[in-house]
Amino acid sequence: MTDKPRVAVVTFPGSNDDHDAAWALGAVGADPVAAWHQDAELPAGTGGVVLPGGFSYGDYLRTGAIASVAPVMDAVRAFAAAGGPVLGICNGFQTLCEARLLPGVLRPNRQLEFVCEDVTVRVENADAPFLSRCSPGQELVIPVKHGEGAWYADQWTFVQLAARGQIVLRYADDVNGALGNVAGVVNQARNVMGLMPHPEHAVDPLLGSGDGGLLLAALVDTAAAFRATLAVA
Amino acid sequence: MVRLRRYADVLTSVTDPALHRALGLTDGEFERIRALLGRDPNDFELAVFSLLWSEHCGYKHSALLLKRLPSTGPRVLQGPGENAGVLDLGDGQAVAFKVESHNHPSAVEPFQGAATGVGGILRDIVSMGARPVALLDGLRFGEPDWHFSRAVGGIGHYGNCVGVPTVGGESVFDEAYRENCLVNAMCVGLLPADRLLRAKATAAGQLVVLYGATTGRDGIGGASVLASQELDDAAAVKRPSVQIGDPFTGKKLIESSVELTSTGLVESLQDCGAAGIASSLSEMAAEFGIDVHLDRVPLREDGMEPWEVMISESQERMIAMVRPQMLEAVEAVLDRWELEHAVVGEVTATGKLRAFWHDDIVGEIPARLLTEECPRYEVGQTRRPAPPAREIADAPAAHDALVELLASPALRSRRFVFRRYDQLVGSRTVRRPGLDAAVIRLRPTMRGLAVSLDGQGRIARLDPFAGGALAVLEAARNVACVGGEPIGFTDCLNFGNPEKPEIGWELAQAIDGIAAAADAVGAPVVSGNVSLYNETNGRAIHPTPVVGAVGLVEDVRRVPKAWHEGDVLYAAFASQAALPGSEYQARFGEVGGTPAPLDLAAEARLISFLWQAAQLATLTHDASEGGLAVCLAEAALFSGVGAALDLRDDPVELFGEVGGRAIVACAPVDAPELESVATGLGVPVRRVGEVGGGTLLGVELQRLRSAWEASD
Repeated sequence: MTDKPRVAVVTFPGSNDDHDAAWALGAVGADPVAAWHQDAELPAGTGGVVLPGGFSYGDYLRTGAIASVAPVMDAVRAFAAAGGPVLGICNGFQTLCEARLLPGVLRPNRQLEFVCEDVTVRVENADAPFLSRCSPGQELVIPVKHGEGAWYADQWTFVQLAARGQIVLRYADDVNGALGNVAGVVNQARNVMGLMPHPEHAVDPLLGSGDGGLLLAALVDTAAAFRATLAVA
Repeated sequence: MVRLRRYADVLTSVTDPALHRALGLTDGEFERIRALLGRDPNDFELAVFSLLWSEHCGYKHSALLLKRLPSTGPRVLQGPGENAGVLDLGDGQAVAFKVESHNHPSAVEPFQGAATGVGGILRDIVSMGARPVALLDGLRFGEPDWHFSRAVGGIGHYGNCVGVPTVGGESVFDEAYRENCLVNAMCVGLLPADRLLRAKATAAGQLVVLYGATTGRDGIGGASVLASQELDDAAAVKRPSVQIGDPFTGKKLIESSVELTSTGLVESLQDCGAAGIASSLSEMAAEFGIDVHLDRVPLREDGMEPWEVMISESQERMIAMVRPQMLEAVEAVLDRWELEHAVVGEVTATGKLRAFWHDDIVGEIPARLLTEECPRYEVGQTRRPAPPAREIADAPAAHDALVELLASPALRSRRFVFRRYDQLVGSRTVRRPGLDAAVIRLRPTMRGLAVSLDGQGRIARLDPFAGGALAVLEAARNVACVGGEPIGFTDCLNFGNPEKPEIGWELAQAIDGIAAAADAVGAPVVSGNVSLYNETNGRAIHPTPVVGAVGLVEDVRRVPKAWHEGDVLYAAFASQAALPGSEYQARFGEVGGTPAPLDLAAEARLISFLWQAAQLATLTHDASEGGLAVCLAEAALFSGVGAALDLRDDPVELFGEVGGRAIVACAPVDAPELESVATGLGVPVRRVGEVGGGTLLGVELQRLRSAWEASD
């Protein structure tokens, strides 16, 4: 066992970016460990959780719908309730919304086509552990790749979320028809975050951009802090 | 066997009293079967023969010609004849790659046809023990219409969902493909060099495990109904012969297969593709023999007859040869991935493929009769003359021609296609699609693979030898432009009905062209696929040889990225360029004449120069469709900076094609070394200008961009 903060990456059948997420987390100083959709518990010593991108269970019902009720999600729910940091990327974001751990839903892109390209997102609010290495207004270049990534919520929810600073990332341009160009949100306790862009594909400038590393490194910091709290308790 | 009769009638659209003819076998072939067996085949056996001896499975009209292709070399771990070719990359790594067509299914149903094409080529790579890491797609349609968009959607549906990045390919629009589109899919996979698997049983007593999806009546006869016949207006009735893809099961199949091979639990793997279990088992049984119990195959519908189970092309199925003591561990992996599996047979020492149904023998054929004894025909060859070249009457001024060409469907930006594909999964994509070749990193090293897929059907229509050679050269130049030394090729031969002597001639000429160019470049053709009968209502497509190249990049950090203000611009040359067959001629005149002859030795020298120069260059880009002018415009748009150029205002210089030409940009400090590399290799280079400013060939960059990106 290393003393690097342990971050669990959950693999559902159909997850695609699980290996990428583990590789990227390793690159920013985590000890990534694999969790399986059938697991009843998270790996021992888990300080943070990533739900990766992909097409869990083929997304044959609604994106993330079946994953949201997979056995491992009970453990993720309990981990989040205890204050542990949980990051959902793309399909992981869709899953967290379906699981009601995050507000809103992800609808099909307005152009009704899959879109894969680098986009610019603006840090709307840095008051969340995942954004501790960013400053408000900072622009990050991170790729998106999704067919159903248009975040949506009813007007009242949207206004409340904005007022509470739960909308943390917005696209600089309209990418997919998301309400208010929302690219990422956090829960009210600010320990669960979902975003459509893929920070794990942006940790190495050789592959396009290093900006995603800021988000993942912050997750690793938070995972370490969370384990430390548990140790004290 | 009533259903076999009905299937046969649909197959040939005529009711022939002789079942073998209705199944697509000639009288001569039927007699050959009787002589080989020493008896009459039963209906089950006849159905199996009809598929294994179809053009698609048996390469009846192409096998003799394909022997001309160079297929050996120090890197070759596996040449043609397997599911894919495999090359040694050094450092214990190997690459498996192959291109395959899915033309007829895509013509009948573009979304599922393209999707299952991707699924099939992925499983070919997995069969070799490799993990697929890149896909490329060569698409040829009449225009960027709904059908084209559906095919793109189908590729994305499968490729995105299984988590393999699509990093390259072509979209070609030409009237010749309106009724018979071409969908060619190439897959590249990585494996440890010592883990290479072959699709052959290796000892009697091994168990035959079928896993993946269940088997149904979908896609029955795809290999013979769709892939080995011309299409006609009644194509819609063939839609039930198109398979339906299930990428979720495909993903589980890939992950479980990679797990099975990387842990050494299986002896060999084989994809269930065209002609289903029949084809997979004949190939695997060749040296030993296999008994298969068709009643043990997990089915998705009731009442299937043995022959239907035997030849069903239900997707997402694989067959593994497993030592009995490994069975439990194999089943545990498949259970974990929630895949259907069953032991459906065992390897014997009979040399025969025997099929059982509830312990009764329903068919018994010596396995080699299905593969090695497949008839091979010499194609008749009659030269098809090219239409004459005509003077281009009122060609526009060069700068207007450039803008118009950039805005044309043939040449405009392909972002609207590539953005629909996941190009990034796997975290290896150093150079994304858009210019020349893509580059994927061979993690954990800094080496990389450059990959490209190219073909030039219009040139091949005028001169099929040049078309074949050009496909190789173009693919090799593209990988060279990003710093990749070409190390191997894969080819997909898309042609019309080879029983017509003009088509036979085109096929033979194109294969000769591929062979000559691959020899000149010094890299083998290690895998491929032949798609014939690409005709609808008697009208054939352009003869379209398509070639995929793999190049080895020594250091991905030195892949050229963009040219900069102040860079020196060189043009490097090989053979002469000319207008016949060019995009310029197609747009502003009539396609005709003979393309300029290729100097293959000079072309090979240019390719060597390009991959060596790429280490010094800020950008390298070869001229292909649209000639040097379009090449420069693409480079300027890619980099976001214009250039001041000293080129003659002459259509051949600006827009000529076929003869290899490329531009190389480098910082002034690197110019002397670049020139000495060229001199050393004997490649003529000419300084043609300097990077800088907001115009190119007298046109504002902004105007070029809005023309080029109009469709985005």
